[in-house]
Amino acid sequence: MDSIISAASVIAAGLAVGLAAIGPGIGQGTASAQAVEGIARQPEAEGKIRGTLLLSLAFMEALTIYGLVVALSLLFANPFTNQ
Amino acid sequence: MLISSVKVGEHFYLTLGVFKLHAQVFIVSFFVIFILIVFSLLGTNKMSQTPRGLQNFLEYILEFIQDITKSQIGEHYYRDWVPFIGTLFLFIFVSNWSGALIPWKIIILPEGELSAPTNDINTTAALALLTSLAYFYAGISKRGIRYFSRYIKPTPILLPINILEDFTKPLSLSFRLFGNILADELVVSVLTLLVPLIVPLPVMMLGLFASSIQALIFATLAAAYIGEAIEEH
Repeated sequence: MDSIISAASVIAAGLAVGLAAIGPGIGQGTASAQAVEGIARQPEAEGKIRGTLLLSLAFMEALTIYGLVVALSLLFANPFTNQ
Repeated sequence: MLISSVKVGEHFYLTLGVFKLHAQVFIVSFFVIFILIVFSLLGTNKMSQTPRGLQNFLEYILEFIQDITKSQIGEHYYRDWVPFIGTLFLFIFVSNWSGALIPWKIIILPEGELSAPTNDINTTAALALLTSLAYFYAGISKRGIRYFSRYIKPTPILLPINILEDFTKPLSLSFRLFGNILADELVVSVLTLLVPLIVPLPVMMLGLFASSIQALIFATLAAAYIGEAIEEH
């Protein structure tokens, strides 16, 4: 494998996950904060709020996972190296 | 001595005519299908009015799936789609958990390793494409040619975006499931590589939880897409 390509791929893989984690991290924090607030205001709705929260957290998680998929394909199935 | 190692992208190939199959996926998939069939047969062979034991459990699962479908598709049409959504949910759920709970590493393959079928992009892409077909079928069978009017709603300017959506739906469905399951298994294998005992256990529990949520999400989203296609405007 060409060393420049492998170096670039490793850096790109790190950046892909790292950058993709920022947005969903902020989003998940906001969503959880609002959910806690909702539970504090209305404890009887806890079950419903928890269900919705988990579902939406998983949606946000998916965005980071896209970055992870890109990183994994760069690391393990790099299309730019001709083996 | 190397106790564990991380392998990604290595497959045990099986050739069938001109096609190359990932045999490890097929082995575990058939195992999952076998488990599901055995459980349903055992639970339904002596059915009684007052459900007990396994039958009770299966009825609980059925009600759970009916709830998911009903909340997304609506009271009127959900019955037709319970089998499809149920199949998706149960297959994904049992696949994910079988990958985490069954010590597949004991069985050594010539190449690659046995693990959850859903950590291969082909499995998840197939499931996602089936979902696409299902919602097209649902929309067209329910509303005929008028189904395509949803592409120019609310305004015709959105036509390209609406068409693009038909491609991003299966893409995001398949990537979400594939990425989550692969990430879980990678994290566990990297941790076992570093510390083989006890320490990976909490992460494994988290993986079990996350993979059950992923099965739920896949089923919910598939039901939501079908419900969206059926809905009258």
